[in-house]
Amino acid sequence: MCRGGSCARPQETEFKMKRIYLDHNATTPLNSEVADEVCRCLREDFGNPQTLYSYGKDARKLVHDSRETVASLIGAKREEIIFTSGGTESDNMAVRGVAYGNINKGRHVISSSIEHHAVLESCRALEKEGFEVTYVPVDENGVVRLDELQKAIRPDTVLISIMHANNETGTIQPVSEIGRIAREKGVIFHTDTVQTFGKVKINVDEMNIDLLSASAHKLHGPKGIGALYIRKGIRLKNLIFGGHQERKMRPGTHNVPGIVGLGKAAEIAARDMEGGGNKVLLLRERLWEGIKTNISHIRLNGHPAVRLHNTLNVSFEFVEGESLILGLDDQGICVASGSACTSDSLEPSHVLTAMGLSPEIAHGSLRFSLGRNNTEEEIDFVIQALPKVVERMRSMSPLYREFLKKQGKT
Amino acid sequence: MYSEKVMDHFRNPRNMGEMENHDGVGKVGNPMCGDIMELYIRIENDIITDAKFMTFGCGAAIATSSMVTELVKGKSLEEALKISNATVAEALDGLPPVKMHCSVLAEDALKAAVEDYRKKKGVGV
Repeated sequence: MCRGGSCARPQETEFKMKRIYLDHNATTPLNSEVADEVCRCLREDFGNPQTLYSYGKDARKLVHDSRETVASLIGAKREEIIFTSGGTESDNMAVRGVAYGNINKGRHVISSSIEHHAVLESCRALEKEGFEVTYVPVDENGVVRLDELQKAIRPDTVLISIMHANNETGTIQPVSEIGRIAREKGVIFHTDTVQTFGKVKINVDEMNIDLLSASAHKLHGPKGIGALYIRKGIRLKNLIFGGHQERKMRPGTHNVPGIVGLGKAAEIAARDMEGGGNKVLLLRERLWEGIKTNISHIRLNGHPAVRLHNTLNVSFEFVEGESLILGLDDQGICVASGSACTSDSLEPSHVLTAMGLSPEIAHGSLRFSLGRNNTEEEIDFVIQALPKVVERMRSMSPLYREFLKKQGKT
Repeated sequence: MYSEKVMDHFRNPRNMGEMENHDGVGKVGNPMCGDIMELYIRIENDIITDAKFMTFGCGAAIATSSMVTELVKGKSLEEALKISNATVAEALDGLPPVKMHCSVLAEDALKAAVEDYRKKKGVGV
């Protein structure tokens, strides 16, 4: 209701509500060490790395060092890393670049039904342009079916693009096996590691990865910067035309502060990978235990074990996800949902429906994605707040009332 | 993205709950689309004296359900049938374009409830 005619939200006027951020698969807060490096670069190292004098040399060194850090995190060589504007551009460049760069071999691409839109929409664009794309299905846990993948490979297949961990469920794909299959068949293999880069150990040689997409802002780095690993010898066509930067593969003056931020974020991630990951895993398990204990009629979405340590996707039957998000936001809790109502489309999550979930169960899903800054106290607060929000929405739901009536009869 | 009025009706929905012994009910939407709305009306001498709702859906679906129950109370059936989705959306200080279908659902639920009443009474619509 209006207070003094202003209709201001109480949490903004009367007190600053403590906020709990559990949407790290969407983006992450900038690490303060990273912020310091980026700010220093913005203030002091304005030079263009393409120039010959001292300012250029200083900037060039920063780009060089960041490239080295990013390469070492995935067991690659420095010259195999290209800086891009982020995960979407890396995915576009990999899918379209490889398809158009290997047209003499064929026009068939393999991907999966659960990829990020950056890959799926690139594939759909290729289809309109005369390519054929096979979308390999997943099992009920959201794992790409290797038997179907094997069957899909044809003599004219030029690319397999399958993500490392899914952003919605956290399910980790058998990337090493896919890499082995692709290598045996002589097909180029791209993987989108936007959710795993810096969180999970990756080695491009051991996993037979030919191209890999990464992004800084999922890793406590800045937005607008990412990288694409391209194995030496892989042919691909550039999407952008211009100067000689990034071996002409990705022209345009380098985003030096962004590149510095990506490098620093990657360095910190490498340093904290094991300890930080274990801490986050314990918090996520605490959250899941709390939800299971306090709320009935729920379903865990994604692989129960082979899953990114920070991600928990749960469906709450009889309620809709967006209303849960709004209810939780009133408590200061920030989470995501696979409901259609949280997107601009009228379809529920393509990932959850690909796993065989009915649309109504997909509509009632919440994604909790934790980060290294979350605490036990925050998780405990969520565990006590969430049941009340679910209960409130269920009390309004005709689906829940019908369910209770049926229960009463049997 | 939502107006304060939408959030107010989401946080404090008016007339929520099932109505026993109603004179008409409108059930619209389906779980596939993520919206189900049930609107109940009580009628005396062609005047809607009470209205209640139950809704499975997003914040806008709950707010439009709540608002339509407020708008119809005290109205004659003729007046109630003039309430359009735009009326509901305006009363909520507007809805985001992608959520306009929720106000359509509210209008449909109201029309279905009146139709249900008339059917029961044996009056043509």
